[in-house]
Amino acid sequence: MEAERQNSAGAVESIRDTIDAVYRNESRRVLATLIRLLGDFDRAEEALADAFRAALEQWPRDGVPDNPRAWLVSTGRFKALDALRRRKRLQPLPDDINERLAAEDGDPASLDGEAVGDDRLRLIFTCCHPALAPEAQVALTLREVCSLTTEEIGRAFLVPAPTLAQRIVRAKAKIKSARIPYEVPGRADLAERLDAVLRVVYLVFNEGYSASSGTAVTRHDLSSEAIRLGRLLTELLPEPEAIGLLALMLLHESRRAARSTADGELVLLDAQDRSLWDRDQIAEGSTLVERALASRVFGPYTVQAAIAAVHANSPTADATDWARIVALYDVLLSAERSPVVELNRAVAVAMCDGPAAGLALIDGLMSGGELSSYHLAHAARADLCRRLGRTSEARAAYRRALALTQQTPERRFLERRLAELK
Amino acid sequence: MQYLCLIYQDESALQNRSKADLDAMYAEYVDFTDDVKRAGRLVGSNRLQPVRTAATVRVRDGSVVATDGPFAETKEQLGGYYLIEARDLNEAIQTAARIPSARFGSVEVRPVWDVRV
Repeated sequence: MEAERQNSAGAVESIRDTIDAVYRNESRRVLATLIRLLGDFDRAEEALADAFRAALEQWPRDGVPDNPRAWLVSTGRFKALDALRRRKRLQPLPDDINERLAAEDGDPASLDGEAVGDDRLRLIFTCCHPALAPEAQVALTLREVCSLTTEEIGRAFLVPAPTLAQRIVRAKAKIKSARIPYEVPGRADLAERLDAVLRVVYLVFNEGYSASSGTAVTRHDLSSEAIRLGRLLTELLPEPEAIGLLALMLLHESRRAARSTADGELVLLDAQDRSLWDRDQIAEGSTLVERALASRVFGPYTVQAAIAAVHANSPTADATDWARIVALYDVLLSAERSPVVELNRAVAVAMCDGPAAGLALIDGLMSGGELSSYHLAHAARADLCRRLGRTSEARAAYRRALALTQQTPERRFLERRLAELK
Repeated sequence: MQYLCLIYQDESALQNRSKADLDAMYAEYVDFTDDVKRAGRLVGSNRLQPVRTAATVRVRDGSVVATDGPFAETKEQLGGYYLIEARDLNEAIQTAARIPSARFGSVEVRPVWDVRV
């Protein structure tokens, strides 16, 4: 008797673990489908919670269903429609709900693999709709697609959780009142809309990779969420630029362990211990870059990834193929002029043709005024002056860079460089 | 669902354009309006007189205060509107993008508050 009870307690425990695992792996897919079926984010979230509550009650007793995802979707939908019917007795419902009630039996095909994949894309494109404020796109994507809590998102972006919660509530209200459709854009709009999605993913990555303020150089969680999103996108919609962005993120991420010392000091690319670079990520990123480049319809993410791949595959800093990097920056600039890209190109030219050539380019750029308050422009200028032995100019430029940056590790790095100038 | 497409553009820049230029734009407007009408998507539309003709009215403590000029001085002014029927915001945006002034001014797309009686 005792042994049996322990056995069944063990079985219940293992079903709990199963439900946890199903929640981790399937809850976003289930949510994405429920939003389509119920036509409303909040209603779908309630239904998702109800479905998992029912699973906790029923699965230990009846066993885990063969297709847990389908079970959760139909249970969630049933619970939501049941709640609506009860509410209907009290107040009339809007038309679309009546339509949904009528279509209750639904199409079983709407639960198969392909449709569910489409639902996840629908969810991503809706969360990243250009009619939503950019910070709301980011918050909504992390909340709905990645399942981060508002507290986690708030902490990552250094925004109070209530502010974040309000952004999400407003975005959902706008989706409903302006009737932003739950759909994957058609061919005609796809490129533009995909750009908006990739922008959100890259923003999340960068926020994790180089925190814009605060003491930590990297906030790992956001970067790994962004890479997960990138993987999901390339899996669902293997467009060249989505592949290029995933490659770019992986190649940047591969250097994480080498980017800062144990006590949080910044280490620049040329001084990094390359044995710390993650070879698997470099191999995956490099393969993806090749795939995106082969498509011949790639864009700026792919070119940036190609630049990162040159660094990643170079055994030492001195062996870097700077001429190839300059050429890739030229490709990038031919698509869109950007002073920051011009600055990076100037630094590559300095590596290729010597510091004087790079400095001439930077001075030309800075006389235009656009980069005059960009701390990295002053830091790059300072470095080139230092290498040319123009110490007092270097000192002035480091001071200017210091005055313009908020990030603690970067400040310490610049202070160190300044102190080394004798 | 109805969306109001509010057309904003720089009036003075418009005045400085050549007659041929303006005629071409008006022809485009006629085509666009016909198109939306034929598709059964047009609820109403009008072009507005320039902002110098505008008056702004407020009632404060029971008395009417009318002042010269538009409610807000901005670089671009409200020049006209289309009230259209669209399935969702994406369709409304696609229609608004075909309004000729969208190429040099801007079009604000606002869903109409849906009051069910």
